[in-house]
Amino acid sequence: MKARQSDRFATIMLWVGAIAIVALLVAFLGLILGRGLHYLTPEFFNGPDGVRGQLFNSFYLLALSLAFSLPVGLGAGIYLAEYAPKNKLTDLIRLSTESLATVPSIVFGLFGMIVFVNKLGLGFTILGGSATLALLNLPILVRVTEESLRAVPRSYREASLALGATMWQTLRKVILPTALPGLITGVTLVAGRALGETAILIFTAGMNVSRKLFDVNPFAAGETLAVHLFAAKSNPLPGTNADQIADGTAALLIIMVIVFNLCLTLPSRWLQYRLLGKNKE
Amino acid sequence: MPHRKTWVYFNDRLSRYLFISSAVLVSLIILCIIWFVGMQGLSTFRQVSVLEFFTSSKWSPDSGQFGALTFIVGSIGTTLIAILLGGPLGLAGAVFLAEIAPPWVRAIMRPATDLFAGIPSVVYGYVGLTVIVGFIRKSTNSSTGYGVLAAGIVLAIMILPTVISLSEEAIRSLPGTYKEASLALGATRWQTIRRVLVPAASPGILTAVILAMARAIGETMAVQMVIGNSPRFPGSLVSPTSTLTSNIVMEMGNTPFGSTWNNALFLMSFILLMIALVLIILVRTAVRRGAVR
Repeated sequence: MKARQSDRFATIMLWVGAIAIVALLVAFLGLILGRGLHYLTPEFFNGPDGVRGQLFNSFYLLALSLAFSLPVGLGAGIYLAEYAPKNKLTDLIRLSTESLATVPSIVFGLFGMIVFVNKLGLGFTILGGSATLALLNLPILVRVTEESLRAVPRSYREASLALGATMWQTLRKVILPTALPGLITGVTLVAGRALGETAILIFTAGMNVSRKLFDVNPFAAGETLAVHLFAAKSNPLPGTNADQIADGTAALLIIMVIVFNLCLTLPSRWLQYRLLGKNKE
Repeated sequence: MPHRKTWVYFNDRLSRYLFISSAVLVSLIILCIIWFVGMQGLSTFRQVSVLEFFTSSKWSPDSGQFGALTFIVGSIGTTLIAILLGGPLGLAGAVFLAEIAPPWVRAIMRPATDLFAGIPSVVYGYVGLTVIVGFIRKSTNSSTGYGVLAAGIVLAIMILPTVISLSEEAIRSLPGTYKEASLALGATRWQTIRRVLVPAASPGILTAVILAMARAIGETMAVQMVIGNSPRFPGSLVSPTSTLTSNIVMEMGNTPFGSTWNNALFLMSFILLMIALVLIILVRTAVRRGAVR
Protein backbone atom coordinates (compact mmCIF):
# COMPACT_ATOMS: atom_id res chain seq x y z
CA MET A 1 0.00 0.00 0.00
CA LYS A 2 1.79 3.08 -1.29
CA ALA A 3 -0.59 5.57 0.33
CA ARG A 4 -0.18 3.98 3.74
CA GLN A 5 3.61 4.06 3.43
CA SER A 6 3.75 7.67 2.37
CA ASP A 7 1.38 8.52 5.20
CA ARG A 8 3.72 6.95 7.69
CA PHE A 9 6.74 8.59 6.11
CA ALA A 10 5.07 12.01 6.20
CA THR A 11 4.08 11.57 9.83
CA ILE A 12 7.67 10.75 10.73
CA MET A 13 8.95 13.77 8.79
CA LEU A 14 6.50 16.10 10.52
CA TRP A 15 7.57 14.77 13.90
CA VAL A 16 11.20 15.36 12.90
CA GLY A 17 10.35 18.91 11.87
CA ALA A 18 8.57 19.62 15.13
CA ILE A 19 11.40 18.15 17.19
CA ALA A 20 13.88 20.23 15.18
CA ILE A 21 11.95 23.40 16.03
CA VAL A 22 11.87 22.65 19.75
CA ALA A 23 15.51 21.50 19.70
CA LEU A 24 16.47 24.79 18.05
CA LEU A 25 14.87 26.69 20.89
CA VAL A 26 16.46 24.54 23.56
CA ALA A 27 19.86 24.96 21.88
CA PHE A 28 19.31 28.72 21.73
CA LEU A 29 18.42 29.04 25.39
CA GLY A 30 21.10 26.59 26.48
CA LEU A 31 23.77 28.41 24.52
CA ILE A 32 22.88 31.87 25.78
CA LEU A 33 22.39 30.90 29.40
CA GLY A 34 25.42 28.61 29.33
CA ARG A 35 27.70 31.38 28.09
CA GLY A 36 26.34 34.21 30.17
CA LEU A 37 24.74 32.97 33.35
CA HIS A 38 27.96 32.85 35.39
CA TYR A 39 28.70 36.52 34.62
CA LEU A 40 25.53 37.64 36.37
CA THR A 41 27.19 38.64 39.65
CA PRO A 42 26.42 41.74 41.74
CA GLU A 43 29.48 43.30 40.16
CA PHE A 44 27.96 42.83 36.71
CA PHE A 45 25.24 45.25 37.79
CA ASN A 46 27.11 47.64 40.08
CA GLY A 47 30.71 47.53 38.84
CA PRO A 48 32.39 50.25 36.76
CA ASP A 49 30.99 48.76 33.54
CA GLY A 50 27.83 47.68 35.36
CA VAL A 51 24.52 47.48 33.62
CA ARG A 52 22.22 48.70 36.39
CA GLY A 53 21.68 51.97 34.52
CA GLN A 54 20.74 50.14 31.35
CA LEU A 55 18.47 47.77 33.27
CA PHE A 56 16.68 50.72 34.86
CA ASN A 57 16.41 52.53 31.51
CA SER A 58 14.87 49.45 29.89
CA PHE A 59 11.99 49.45 32.34
CA TYR A 60 11.72 53.24 32.54
CA LEU A 61 11.40 53.54 28.75
CA LEU A 62 8.93 50.68 28.73
CA ALA A 63 6.76 52.33 31.39
CA LEU A 64 6.78 55.70 29.64
CA SER A 65 5.98 54.17 26.27
CA LEU A 66 3.05 52.27 27.78
CA ALA A 67 1.84 55.48 29.42
CA PHE A 68 1.74 57.08 25.97
CA SER A 69 0.31 54.17 24.02
CA LEU A 70 -2.11 52.48 26.44
CA PRO A 71 -4.87 55.15 26.50
CA VAL A 72 -4.84 55.67 22.74
CA GLY A 73 -4.48 51.98 21.91
CA LEU A 74 -7.27 50.95 24.26
CA GLY A 75 -9.53 53.73 22.99
CA ALA A 76 -9.00 52.83 19.35
CA GLY A 77 -9.51 49.13 20.08
CA ILE A 78 -12.73 49.83 21.98
CA TYR A 79 -13.98 51.98 19.14
CA LEU A 80 -13.29 49.28 16.55
CA ALA A 81 -14.86 46.53 18.65
CA GLU A 82 -17.94 48.31 20.05
CA TYR A 83 -18.81 51.46 18.11
CA ALA A 84 -17.41 51.31 14.60
CA PRO A 85 -20.09 51.13 11.93
CA LYS A 86 -19.35 49.20 8.74
CA ASN A 87 -18.25 52.02 6.48
CA LYS A 88 -15.29 53.44 4.56
CA LEU A 89 -13.88 55.28 7.58
CA THR A 90 -13.76 52.10 9.66
CA ASP A 91 -12.10 50.31 6.76
CA LEU A 92 -9.53 53.06 6.55
CA ILE A 93 -8.80 52.90 10.29
CA ARG A 94 -8.38 49.14 10.07
CA LEU A 95 -6.09 49.38 7.04
CA SER A 96 -3.88 51.99 8.68
CA THR A 97 -3.64 50.00 11.92
CA GLU A 98 -2.61 46.92 9.96
CA SER A 99 -0.08 48.93 7.99
CA LEU A 100 1.32 50.41 11.18
CA ALA A 101 1.82 46.87 12.48
CA THR A 102 4.06 45.93 9.54
CA VAL A 103 6.18 49.09 9.52
CA PRO A 104 9.75 47.90 10.14
CA SER A 105 11.05 49.15 13.46
CA ILE A 106 13.99 50.92 11.83
CA VAL A 107 11.48 53.10 9.96
CA PHE A 108 9.88 54.04 13.27
CA GLY A 109 13.37 54.82 14.51
CA LEU A 110 14.12 57.17 11.63
CA PHE A 111 10.69 58.78 11.93
CA GLY A 112 11.35 59.43 15.62
CA MET A 113 14.74 60.80 14.67
CA ILE A 114 13.21 63.33 12.27
CA VAL A 115 10.41 64.40 14.60
CA PHE A 116 11.83 64.25 18.12
CA VAL A 117 15.59 64.48 17.67
CA ASN A 118 15.73 67.04 14.87
CA LYS A 119 12.44 68.90 14.35
CA LEU A 120 11.66 69.27 18.03
CA GLY A 121 15.34 69.60 18.82
CA LEU A 122 15.30 67.23 21.78
CA GLY A 123 18.42 65.32 20.80
CA PHE A 124 18.75 61.73 21.99
CA THR A 125 16.40 61.51 24.95
CA ILE A 126 14.42 58.99 26.93
CA LEU A 127 11.31 61.03 26.14
CA GLY A 128 11.81 60.83 22.37
CA GLY A 129 12.73 57.14 22.61
CA SER A 130 9.67 56.19 24.60
CA ALA A 131 7.33 58.26 22.42
CA THR A 132 8.66 56.47 19.34
CA LEU A 133 8.48 53.13 21.11
CA ALA A 134 4.83 53.91 21.84
CA LEU A 135 4.16 53.95 18.08
CA LEU A 136 5.48 50.39 17.88
CA ASN A 137 3.17 49.32 20.71
CA LEU A 138 0.04 50.97 19.32
CA PRO A 139 -1.08 48.62 16.54
CA ILE A 140 -0.59 45.54 18.74
CA LEU A 141 -2.56 47.16 21.58
CA VAL A 142 -5.39 48.07 19.21
CA ARG A 143 -5.59 44.55 17.83
CA VAL A 144 -5.41 42.83 21.20
CA THR A 145 -8.04 45.15 22.69
CA GLU A 146 -10.41 44.59 19.80
CA GLU A 147 -9.94 40.83 19.91
CA SER A 148 -10.48 40.52 23.65
CA LEU A 149 -13.58 42.72 23.57
CA ARG A 150 -15.03 40.73 20.70
CA ALA A 151 -14.54 37.55 22.71
CA VAL A 152 -17.02 38.83 25.33
CA PRO A 153 -20.39 37.15 24.66
CA ARG A 154 -23.06 39.32 23.03
CA SER A 155 -25.58 38.41 25.69
CA TYR A 156 -23.56 40.29 28.34
CA ARG A 157 -23.95 43.54 26.42
CA GLU A 158 -27.61 42.91 25.68
CA ALA A 159 -28.39 42.15 29.30
CA SER A 160 -26.67 45.31 30.52
CA LEU A 161 -28.19 47.56 27.86
CA ALA A 162 -31.63 46.03 28.44
CA LEU A 163 -31.34 47.01 32.11
CA GLY A 164 -31.06 50.62 30.97
CA ALA A 165 -27.32 51.09 31.29
CA THR A 166 -25.62 53.42 28.82
CA MET A 167 -22.93 52.10 26.51
CA TRP A 168 -20.22 53.67 28.69
CA GLN A 169 -21.63 52.05 31.84
CA THR A 170 -21.83 48.73 30.03
CA LEU A 171 -18.23 49.06 28.90
CA ARG A 172 -16.91 50.04 32.30
CA LYS A 173 -18.85 47.62 34.46
CA VAL A 174 -19.40 44.61 32.20
CA ILE A 175 -17.30 44.40 29.07
CA LEU A 176 -13.91 45.66 30.25
CA PRO A 177 -13.81 43.54 33.45
CA THR A 178 -14.72 40.44 31.45
CA ALA A 179 -12.10 41.22 28.82
CA LEU A 180 -9.41 42.15 31.35
CA PRO A 181 -7.45 38.86 31.28
CA GLY A 182 -7.11 39.14 27.50
CA LEU A 183 -6.07 42.76 27.82
CA ILE A 184 -3.41 41.94 30.37
CA THR A 185 -2.01 39.21 28.15
CA GLY A 186 -1.85 41.74 25.35
CA VAL A 187 -0.07 44.35 27.44
CA THR A 188 2.47 41.77 28.59
CA LEU A 189 3.06 40.81 24.96
CA VAL A 190 3.64 44.44 24.05
CA ALA A 191 5.91 44.96 27.04
CA GLY A 192 8.05 41.97 26.13
CA ARG A 193 8.48 43.24 22.61
CA ALA A 194 9.26 46.78 23.72
CA LEU A 195 11.89 45.58 26.21
CA GLY A 196 13.91 43.91 23.47
CA GLU A 197 13.56 46.67 20.90
CA THR A 198 16.80 48.12 19.62
CA ALA A 199 16.56 49.63 16.16
CA ILE A 200 14.14 52.33 17.31
CA LEU A 201 16.14 53.31 20.34
CA ILE A 202 19.61 53.72 18.85
CA PHE A 203 18.16 56.52 16.70
CA THR A 204 16.03 58.19 19.36
CA ALA A 205 17.26 57.40 22.87
CA GLY A 206 20.92 57.14 21.98
CA MET A 207 23.70 54.89 23.20
CA ASN A 208 24.73 56.70 26.37
CA VAL A 209 23.73 55.95 29.90
CA SER A 210 23.49 58.39 32.77
CA ARG A 211 26.13 58.09 35.49
CA LYS A 212 23.55 58.73 38.16
CA LEU A 213 21.70 55.76 39.55
CA PHE A 214 18.00 55.74 38.65
CA ASP A 215 18.11 58.94 36.65
CA VAL A 216 14.48 59.73 35.90
CA ASN A 217 15.19 62.85 33.86
CA PRO A 218 13.28 62.20 30.62
CA PHE A 219 15.59 64.55 28.69
CA ALA A 220 18.70 62.46 29.38
CA ALA A 221 19.95 59.93 26.86
CA GLY A 222 18.91 56.42 27.83
CA GLU A 223 20.70 53.32 26.63
CA THR A 224 18.73 50.15 27.32
CA LEU A 225 19.98 46.61 27.89
CA ALA A 226 19.23 45.51 24.32
CA VAL A 227 21.07 48.51 22.88
CA HIS A 228 23.93 47.77 25.28
CA LEU A 229 24.22 44.23 23.92
CA PHE A 230 24.27 45.59 20.38
CA ALA A 231 26.93 48.14 21.24
CA ALA A 232 29.11 45.63 23.07
CA LYS A 233 28.95 43.15 20.21
CA SER A 234 29.07 45.29 17.08
CA ASN A 235 31.58 48.00 17.99
CA PRO A 236 33.35 46.95 21.16
CA LEU A 237 35.52 49.59 22.78
CA PRO A 238 39.12 48.44 23.02
CA GLY A 239 40.32 47.66 26.52
CA THR A 240 36.92 46.62 27.90
CA ASN A 241 35.73 43.11 28.46
CA ALA A 242 33.04 43.58 25.81
CA ASP A 243 32.56 39.87 25.17
CA GLN A 244 31.81 39.16 28.82
CA ILE A 245 29.42 42.10 28.95
CA ALA A 246 27.68 40.83 25.82
CA ASP A 247 27.38 37.27 27.15
CA GLY A 248 25.99 38.44 30.48
CA THR A 249 23.60 40.94 28.92
CA ALA A 250 22.23 38.36 26.49
CA ALA A 251 21.58 35.97 29.37
CA LEU A 252 19.88 38.71 31.37
CA LEU A 253 17.64 39.62 28.41
CA ILE A 254 16.66 35.99 27.91
CA ILE A 255 15.81 35.62 31.59
CA MET A 256 13.61 38.71 31.33
CA VAL A 257 11.83 37.22 28.30
CA ILE A 258 11.20 33.93 30.09
CA VAL A 259 9.84 35.72 33.18
CA PHE A 260 7.55 37.80 30.99
CA ASN A 261 6.26 34.69 29.24
CA LEU A 262 5.49 33.09 32.59
CA CYS A 263 3.69 36.26 33.64
CA LEU A 264 1.55 35.98 30.54
CA THR A 265 -0.69 33.24 31.87
CA LEU A 266 -0.64 33.34 35.64
CA PRO A 267 -1.95 36.82 36.58
CA SER A 268 -4.74 36.81 34.02
CA ARG A 269 -6.19 33.64 35.52
CA TRP A 270 -5.95 35.07 39.01
CA LEU A 271 -7.68 38.27 37.93
CA GLN A 272 -10.50 36.45 36.24
CA TYR A 273 -11.01 34.54 39.45
CA ARG A 274 -10.99 37.71 41.55
CA LEU A 275 -13.23 39.78 39.32
CA LEU A 276 -15.82 37.32 38.21
CA GLY A 277 -16.03 34.72 40.92
CA LYS A 278 -14.89 31.15 40.80
CA ASN A 279 -17.86 29.67 38.96
CA LYS A 280 -17.04 31.64 35.82
CA GLU A 281 -15.28 29.82 33.05
CA MET B 1 -32.98 62.72 39.65
CA PRO B 2 -32.71 64.61 36.36
CA HIS B 3 -29.32 66.07 37.19
CA ARG B 4 -27.71 62.69 37.62
CA LYS B 5 -29.28 61.47 34.45
CA THR B 6 -27.78 64.22 32.27
CA TRP B 7 -24.40 63.46 33.80
CA VAL B 8 -24.70 59.82 32.81
CA TYR B 9 -25.57 60.72 29.23
CA PHE B 10 -22.78 63.29 29.10
CA ASN B 11 -20.26 60.66 30.14
CA ASP B 12 -21.60 58.29 27.56
CA ARG B 13 -21.21 60.82 24.77
CA LEU B 14 -17.79 62.03 25.96
CA SER B 15 -16.36 58.53 26.11
CA ARG B 16 -17.66 57.85 22.64
CA TYR B 17 -15.88 60.90 21.24
CA LEU B 18 -12.67 59.96 23.04
CA PHE B 19 -12.73 56.50 21.48
CA ILE B 20 -13.36 57.85 18.00
CA SER B 21 -10.59 60.41 18.30
CA SER B 22 -8.04 57.84 19.47
CA ALA B 23 -8.96 55.62 16.51
CA VAL B 24 -8.47 58.55 14.14
CA LEU B 25 -5.19 59.44 15.85
CA VAL B 26 -3.87 55.92 15.29
CA SER B 27 -4.70 56.16 11.61
CA LEU B 28 -3.03 59.54 11.28
CA ILE B 29 0.29 58.16 12.55
CA ILE B 30 0.95 56.03 9.48
CA LEU B 31 0.25 59.04 7.25
CA CYS B 32 2.68 61.13 9.30
CA ILE B 33 5.35 58.46 8.95
CA ILE B 34 4.89 58.22 5.18
CA TRP B 35 4.97 62.01 4.89
CA PHE B 36 8.02 62.74 7.06
CA VAL B 37 10.20 59.82 6.01
CA GLY B 38 9.09 60.20 2.38
CA MET B 39 9.84 63.94 2.21
CA GLN B 40 13.23 63.49 3.81
CA GLY B 41 14.09 60.51 1.61
CA LEU B 42 12.77 61.71 -1.73
CA SER B 43 14.79 64.94 -1.49
CA THR B 44 17.77 62.71 -2.34
CA PHE B 45 16.63 62.81 -5.94
CA ARG B 46 17.49 66.49 -6.17
CA GLN B 47 21.14 65.47 -6.29
CA VAL B 48 21.03 61.84 -7.37
CA SER B 49 19.29 60.42 -10.43
CA VAL B 50 16.61 57.81 -9.85
CA LEU B 51 18.28 55.51 -12.35
CA GLU B 52 21.62 55.66 -10.57
CA PHE B 53 20.10 54.97 -7.16
CA PHE B 54 18.26 51.85 -8.23
CA THR B 55 20.59 50.36 -10.85
CA SER B 56 24.13 51.21 -9.82
CA SER B 57 25.97 49.23 -7.20
CA LYS B 58 28.67 51.86 -6.70
CA TRP B 59 28.15 53.26 -3.22
CA SER B 60 30.77 55.80 -2.24
CA PRO B 61 29.03 58.90 -0.93
CA ASP B 62 32.34 60.70 -0.41
CA SER B 63 32.84 60.88 -4.15
CA GLY B 64 29.18 61.46 -4.87
CA GLN B 65 28.22 57.96 -5.98
CA PHE B 66 24.90 56.81 -4.58
CA GLY B 67 24.08 53.46 -6.13
CA ALA B 68 21.95 51.42 -3.72
CA LEU B 69 21.55 48.27 -5.81
CA THR B 70 23.85 46.29 -3.51
CA PHE B 71 21.65 46.97 -0.50
CA ILE B 72 18.41 46.23 -2.33
CA VAL B 73 19.83 42.93 -3.61
CA GLY B 74 21.14 42.15 -0.11
CA SER B 75 17.75 42.75 1.49
CA ILE B 76 15.87 40.69 -1.10
CA GLY B 77 18.47 37.91 -1.02
CA THR B 78 18.44 37.49 2.75
CA THR B 79 14.63 37.54 2.78
CA LEU B 80 14.39 34.87 0.08
CA ILE B 81 16.84 32.57 1.87
CA ALA B 82 14.91 33.08 5.11
CA ILE B 83 11.60 32.16 3.45
CA LEU B 84 13.10 29.15 1.64
CA LEU B 85 14.58 27.77 4.87
CA GLY B 86 12.05 28.93 7.44
CA GLY B 87 8.84 28.65 5.40
CA PRO B 88 8.73 24.86 4.88
CA LEU B 89 9.94 24.15 8.42
CA GLY B 90 7.36 26.53 9.86
CA LEU B 91 4.59 25.04 7.75
CA ALA B 92 5.60 21.55 8.87
CA GLY B 93 5.43 22.75 12.46
CA ALA B 94 2.00 24.27 11.86
CA VAL B 95 0.59 21.11 10.25
CA PHE B 96 2.08 19.08 13.05
CA LEU B 97 0.52 21.29 15.72
CA ALA B 98 -2.87 21.39 14.03
CA GLU B 99 -3.27 17.77 12.99
CA ILE B 100 -0.75 15.40 14.48
CA ALA B 101 0.55 16.57 17.85
CA PRO B 102 -0.92 14.79 20.88
CA PRO B 103 -2.23 17.29 23.45
CA TRP B 104 0.78 17.03 25.74
CA VAL B 105 3.22 17.74 22.89
CA ARG B 106 1.09 20.72 21.89
CA ALA B 107 1.18 21.96 25.45
CA ILE B 108 4.99 22.07 25.22
CA MET B 109 5.38 23.29 21.68
CA ARG B 110 2.93 26.20 21.74
CA PRO B 111 4.63 28.12 24.55
CA ALA B 112 7.98 27.21 23.01
CA THR B 113 7.11 28.94 19.74
CA ASP B 114 5.73 31.91 21.68
CA LEU B 115 9.07 32.13 23.45
CA PHE B 116 10.81 32.24 20.05
CA ALA B 117 8.72 35.27 19.19
CA GLY B 118 9.66 37.02 22.41
CA ILE B 119 13.44 36.74 22.03
CA PRO B 120 14.84 40.20 21.18
CA SER B 121 16.37 40.55 17.74
CA VAL B 122 19.75 41.61 19.14
CA VAL B 123 19.90 38.28 20.91
CA TYR B 124 19.31 36.50 17.60
CA GLY B 125 22.12 38.59 16.15
CA TYR B 126 24.34 37.72 19.09
CA VAL B 127 23.76 33.99 18.59
CA GLY B 128 24.29 34.39 14.86
CA LEU B 129 27.58 36.15 15.48
CA THR B 130 28.88 33.69 18.08
CA VAL B 131 27.72 30.44 16.45
CA ILE B 132 26.40 30.62 12.90
CA VAL B 133 29.08 32.89 11.42
CA GLY B 134 31.83 30.67 12.82
CA PHE B 135 30.10 27.55 11.58
CA ILE B 136 29.78 28.95 8.05
CA ARG B 137 33.41 30.04 8.08
CA LYS B 138 34.56 26.54 8.91
CA SER B 139 32.21 24.64 6.63
CA THR B 140 32.57 26.77 3.48
CA ASN B 141 36.20 27.92 3.71
CA SER B 142 35.13 31.52 3.26
CA SER B 143 37.41 34.09 4.81
CA THR B 144 34.95 35.58 7.31
CA GLY B 145 31.66 33.66 7.34
CA TYR B 146 29.70 36.89 7.21
CA GLY B 147 27.21 37.34 4.42
CA VAL B 148 23.79 36.75 2.95
CA LEU B 149 23.74 33.10 3.99
CA ALA B 150 24.41 33.83 7.67
CA ALA B 151 21.76 36.56 7.71
CA GLY B 152 19.29 34.30 5.89
CA ILE B 153 19.72 31.52 8.44
CA VAL B 154 19.24 33.88 11.39
CA LEU B 155 16.14 35.37 9.76
CA ALA B 156 14.77 31.89 8.99
CA ILE B 157 14.76 31.16 12.72
CA MET B 158 13.26 34.55 13.51
CA ILE B 159 10.28 34.12 11.16
CA LEU B 160 9.44 30.61 12.46
CA PRO B 161 6.93 31.77 15.11
CA THR B 162 5.07 34.00 12.63
CA VAL B 163 4.77 31.21 10.06
CA ILE B 164 3.85 28.58 12.63
CA SER B 165 1.17 30.43 14.57
CA LEU B 166 -0.61 32.03 11.58
CA SER B 167 -0.56 28.86 9.45
CA GLU B 168 -1.77 26.73 12.33
CA GLU B 169 -4.62 29.15 12.90
CA ALA B 170 -5.52 28.96 9.20
CA ILE B 171 -5.60 25.14 9.24
CA ARG B 172 -7.54 25.01 12.49
CA SER B 173 -10.19 27.43 11.31
CA LEU B 174 -11.23 25.12 8.45
CA PRO B 175 -14.62 23.47 8.92
CA GLY B 176 -14.29 19.99 10.40
CA THR B 177 -16.41 18.58 7.59
CA TYR B 178 -13.54 18.97 5.09
CA LYS B 179 -11.39 16.57 7.01
CA GLU B 180 -14.22 14.17 7.79
CA ALA B 181 -15.29 13.99 4.14
CA SER B 182 -11.76 13.25 3.01
CA LEU B 183 -11.17 10.59 5.66
CA ALA B 184 -14.56 9.02 4.98
CA LEU B 185 -13.57 8.61 1.33
CA GLY B 186 -10.70 6.46 2.53
CA ALA B 187 -7.88 9.00 2.23
CA THR B 188 -4.97 8.63 4.64
CA ARG B 189 -4.13 11.45 7.03
CA TRP B 190 -1.25 12.62 4.85
CA GLN B 191 -3.43 12.61 1.73
CA THR B 192 -6.01 14.64 3.63
CA ILE B 193 -3.37 17.15 4.74
CA ARG B 194 -1.78 17.48 1.32
CA ARG B 195 -4.85 17.43 -0.92
CA VAL B 196 -7.51 19.00 1.29
CA LEU B 197 -6.36 20.87 4.35
CA VAL B 198 -3.29 22.72 3.07
CA PRO B 199 -4.92 23.79 -0.23
CA ALA B 200 -8.04 24.93 1.61
CA ALA B 201 -5.98 26.89 4.14
CA SER B 202 -3.70 28.34 1.45
CA PRO B 203 -4.94 31.96 1.73
CA GLY B 204 -4.10 31.91 5.44
CA ILE B 205 -0.76 30.21 4.84
CA LEU B 206 0.04 32.77 2.15
CA THR B 207 -0.77 35.53 4.62
CA ALA B 208 1.62 33.94 7.11
CA VAL B 209 4.42 33.79 4.54
CA ILE B 210 3.88 37.40 3.40
CA LEU B 211 3.90 38.71 6.97
CA ALA B 212 7.04 36.67 7.62
CA MET B 213 8.63 38.33 4.58
CA ALA B 214 7.66 41.73 5.95
CA ARG B 215 9.35 40.89 9.23
CA ALA B 216 12.47 39.53 7.51
CA ILE B 217 13.03 42.44 5.14
CA GLY B 218 12.63 45.01 7.89
CA GLU B 219 14.77 43.21 10.43
CA THR B 220 17.74 45.32 11.35
CA MET B 221 19.84 44.44 14.35
CA ALA B 222 20.20 40.70 13.82
CA VAL B 223 21.09 41.19 10.15
CA GLN B 224 23.51 44.02 10.84
CA MET B 225 25.47 41.81 13.20
CA VAL B 226 26.04 38.95 10.74
CA ILE B 227 26.01 40.47 7.24
CA GLY B 228 29.58 41.81 7.33
CA ASN B 229 28.68 45.44 6.53
CA SER B 230 30.70 45.97 3.41
CA PRO B 231 28.96 48.05 0.74
CA ARG B 232 30.16 45.77 -2.03
CA PHE B 233 28.01 43.69 -4.32
CA PRO B 234 28.04 40.15 -2.88
CA GLY B 235 30.23 37.86 -4.97
CA SER B 236 28.79 34.80 -3.23
CA LEU B 237 26.42 33.83 -0.45
CA VAL B 238 29.29 33.93 2.02
CA SER B 239 31.00 37.20 1.17
CA PRO B 240 30.42 40.27 3.35
CA THR B 241 27.84 42.70 1.98
CA SER B 242 25.08 44.98 3.29
CA THR B 243 21.33 45.29 3.29
CA LEU B 244 19.11 48.36 3.32
CA THR B 245 18.60 48.10 7.07
CA SER B 246 22.17 47.27 8.04
CA ASN B 247 23.57 50.11 5.97
CA ILE B 248 21.22 52.61 7.62
CA VAL B 249 22.44 51.53 11.05
CA MET B 250 26.09 51.65 10.00
CA GLU B 251 26.10 55.07 8.37
CA MET B 252 23.35 57.07 10.06
CA GLY B 253 25.58 58.12 12.93
CA ASN B 254 28.32 59.51 10.68
CA THR B 255 26.23 61.72 8.44
CA PRO B 256 24.91 65.20 9.21
CA PHE B 257 21.13 65.55 9.11
CA GLY B 258 19.99 67.05 5.80
CA SER B 259 23.04 66.10 3.72
CA THR B 260 22.57 64.12 0.52
CA TRP B 261 24.18 61.08 2.11
CA ASN B 262 21.82 61.31 5.07
CA ASN B 263 18.81 61.77 2.81
CA ALA B 264 19.83 58.71 0.81
CA LEU B 265 19.65 56.68 4.01
CA PHE B 266 16.16 58.03 4.66
CA LEU B 267 15.27 57.08 1.10
CA MET B 268 16.35 53.51 1.88
CA SER B 269 14.04 53.40 4.87
CA PHE B 270 11.27 54.87 2.70
CA ILE B 271 11.80 51.97 0.27
CA LEU B 272 11.46 49.55 3.21
CA LEU B 273 8.26 51.30 4.26
CA MET B 274 6.82 51.04 0.75
CA ILE B 275 7.70 47.33 0.57
CA ALA B 276 5.92 46.78 3.89
CA LEU B 277 2.82 48.61 2.65
CA VAL B 278 2.74 46.63 -0.60
CA LEU B 279 3.00 43.41 1.41
CA ILE B 280 0.05 44.47 3.58
CA ILE B 281 -2.07 45.09 0.49
CA LEU B 282 -1.06 41.63 -0.79
CA VAL B 283 -2.20 40.15 2.53
CA ARG B 284 -5.56 41.89 2.19
CA THR B 285 -6.12 40.49 -1.30
CA ALA B 286 -5.06 37.02 -0.15
CA VAL B 287 -7.58 37.17 2.70
CA ARG B 288 -10.34 38.49 0.44
CA ARG B 289 -9.73 35.78 -2.13
CA GLY B 290 -9.94 33.21 0.64
CA ALA B 291 -13.24 34.68 1.80
CA VAL B 292 -14.72 34.54 -1.71
CA ARG B 293 -13.83 30.89 -2.03
